[in-house]
Amino acid sequence: MNGDNGTGRPETAAPAIELRGISKRFGPVRANRDVCLTVEAGEIHGIVGENGAGKSTLMEILYGFYAADAGQIVVNGVETEIPDSQAAIAAGIGMVHQHFKLVETFTVLENVVLGAEDGVLLRPSLDRARALLGNLAQEYELEVDPDAVVETLSVGLQQRVEILKALYRNADILILDEPTGVLTPSEADHLFRILRNLRNQGKTVLLITHKLREIMDVTDSVSVMRRGEMKATLRTEATSPEELAELMVGRKVLLSVEKRPSTPGEIRLDVENLSVTDKTGVARLKGISFSVRSGEILGVAGVSGNGQSELLAVLGGISPGTGQIRVRGQTIDISRADGQARRSDGIAHVPEDRQRLGLVMAFAQWENAVFGYHAAPAYCRQLGLTNRRTIFETADTWIQKYDVRPANKNLAASRFSGGNQQKIVISREFERNPDILIVGQPTRGVDIGAIEFIHRQIIALRDAGKAILLVSVELDEILSLSDRVAVMFDGRISGERITADTDERELGLLMAGMTDKGGSRTPEVLPE
Amino acid sequence: MTFEVILQLFDSSLRLATPFLLACLAGLFSERAGIFDIGLEGKMLAGAFCAAAMAAISGSAWIGLMAGMGISVLLSALHGLASITLRGNQLISGVAINFLASGLTVLVGQNLFRLGGQTPQLKGNARFSEITLPFADTLRDVPLIGPVYHDLISGHNILVYIGLAAVPLTWWVLFRTRFGLRLRAVGENPGAVDTAGVSVVRLRYEAVILCGILCGIAGAYLSLGTSAAGFVREMSAGKGFIALAALIFAKWQPLNALYACLLFGFLEAIGTKYQNVDVWGLFILPVQFMQALPYILTVVILAGFVGKAIPPKAGGQPYVKEE
Repeated sequence: MNGDNGTGRPETAAPAIELRGISKRFGPVRANRDVCLTVEAGEIHGIVGENGAGKSTLMEILYGFYAADAGQIVVNGVETEIPDSQAAIAAGIGMVHQHFKLVETFTVLENVVLGAEDGVLLRPSLDRARALLGNLAQEYELEVDPDAVVETLSVGLQQRVEILKALYRNADILILDEPTGVLTPSEADHLFRILRNLRNQGKTVLLITHKLREIMDVTDSVSVMRRGEMKATLRTEATSPEELAELMVGRKVLLSVEKRPSTPGEIRLDVENLSVTDKTGVARLKGISFSVRSGEILGVAGVSGNGQSELLAVLGGISPGTGQIRVRGQTIDISRADGQARRSDGIAHVPEDRQRLGLVMAFAQWENAVFGYHAAPAYCRQLGLTNRRTIFETADTWIQKYDVRPANKNLAASRFSGGNQQKIVISREFERNPDILIVGQPTRGVDIGAIEFIHRQIIALRDAGKAILLVSVELDEILSLSDRVAVMFDGRISGERITADTDERELGLLMAGMTDKGGSRTPEVLPE
Repeated sequence: MTFEVILQLFDSSLRLATPFLLACLAGLFSERAGIFDIGLEGKMLAGAFCAAAMAAISGSAWIGLMAGMGISVLLSALHGLASITLRGNQLISGVAINFLASGLTVLVGQNLFRLGGQTPQLKGNARFSEITLPFADTLRDVPLIGPVYHDLISGHNILVYIGLAAVPLTWWVLFRTRFGLRLRAVGENPGAVDTAGVSVVRLRYEAVILCGILCGIAGAYLSLGTSAAGFVREMSAGKGFIALAALIFAKWQPLNALYACLLFGFLEAIGTKYQNVDVWGLFILPVQFMQALPYILTVVILAGFVGKAIPPKAGGQPYVKEE
């Protein structure tokens, strides 16, 4: 799809948004430092930056969610005070948050009118919204059943409700915060069509993302933030992903992972007919089978919530399942949740939710560095006392080796950034020298520099002959790291491919539930 | 069991269900807005005391009612201050209010009246008297309808009718007005309300104040509308907690709340009417068991034997503006 970039933009019109010298502090953290930004009207303007660069804070200030410590906001040439969201809405600014702000038990209609009702009684507002939604649906490809209860809708549709909410409030400037993180590739494509439609109707779109490909795809101009400062604003057609990455990180970054072809050995992990039913009786895994050999990475792709978490939980010994799992040919007991048993089976697990399952946030780095392995003879003395000296030495070594910053083993895990927290977990699990490594979302919420490091570590373990199962919702990550890809949909594996023989489009179809039935690899209908 | 006995039973069910109903609807407003209120009991008790005390002093039941509502709203505002503004633990704040009410009513009562924590017996206009609805006497002899109208529907005090009217009114406010939509939203996802440009804090305070008003009426009913005719220490006797159970049983729906409270009222009516029940000559159910019936049902409900009740999602959590 070719975006017709910014046709007929009146050069004389005032910019839609002008931010002048915005600063914001959260305690000791300077989230925004003297940020200036100009967004031309009728454009799609991207904002990129690493986690913690201050993109979201800046947008929350623009939307009146936080108050800036200093600076001015100029909307359509008029200096505007935006003390709360009501003021932002009045100024024609709408926002689609990363975590949707929807009332899940309400219908689409009720969500749309909430806070923008016409009068004391609901009925007239709901009727007016219903009529307007019909028009918007046609104009912008924003079809949603107005009477559907939001919690029954897919994530993609819920996002449409958020956009409709903004348009119902007559937003001319639409801010989207990381909108594609939860979407399938085809849903993301549809979203971009909607955004282009909005721009062509004269709306201004601000797109916050960390995915450079989306920036190149859909935006007209792009601004880069780093450590709370605005580093540059560029025309998209005049820049490249490499340039943007360098601006984001402040040094040259390798976007692609260098790796040699894999040399798979014997089967290390063999999963057969694995099923999991959750507490409410819903089947989460429906008889999946796969195997991982030594020296290879099997990537598990899929939109989150299709059984990946349950798969990780069974393999990591966090919850029980039924079926057979063989480790180096030996069947292991999965009828009980037993994390220690998994560890002695030689399985190391980097959980997808590091703050809840990977770390004890209130504990120091040195404690977290050995957690789960704290009963190992090396860390113990007689009478079950811990050998603190060894643990301290270990912690210091790993901080060095994995470049954990700040390099202070006495700091609580909660005081480290996302990337450094992940390094603490990874050092603990990787340094166990496991036969099998289970990795969930290794780079979620981790900045580009750390991503590069973590990816290189995973490849190094593969080359050392480990069997690696990599679960990630980032398709780019799966494609660049894994040797084979299994795609999960609705608790099943909807297809398995050799990474070199597949592409994003094909995997996207599998992620949306198209299966391989009948040998046909091209589906009849494109999913919405 | 004759028709007359059944009518009597239903009649006293309705009287006994009224405090449950008012307190239950009070809790409904609060919990729908995301504020758990375990202090219904204490607010009822304080309301009952203030209503009786002011009625005894002024000689007017209406002034008593206002006082009951006033103290209950005051305690609600205290609960709001602790749990909305100061973001404290809602359960602890509620428990504290219960203790406060339990102690203060007796202390102040003793100081005012020197009757061991009780208020004087209320007479005449200091109580809410029974209202005979129009035509109740003329229709009395019409078969079926006559006795139902005269004995069951007519002949209660005004607070019983207020309680009954509050049910459709609550439903209408919740599901047909802007305020209701926002109130329900703030109990499910306050973030959605905040980003829509509506004040979460203000909405929650409004809900809590409404809760206080209804709780105050429930309390006033206990001391001014029943045969107790005055305040007796601990006279709420766990009714606030039963109202909470009824609220869960009703799945936070106003009409269900009416049914649930009538059921509790009915059980209490049975317990009062039948003291020792002979079960087919096999054994005798003692009076204590009969009187414990509403409490037993409460335990059964709270243990989750009546199906899964899904509370408002944001219930019990203070709202902190954060991603």
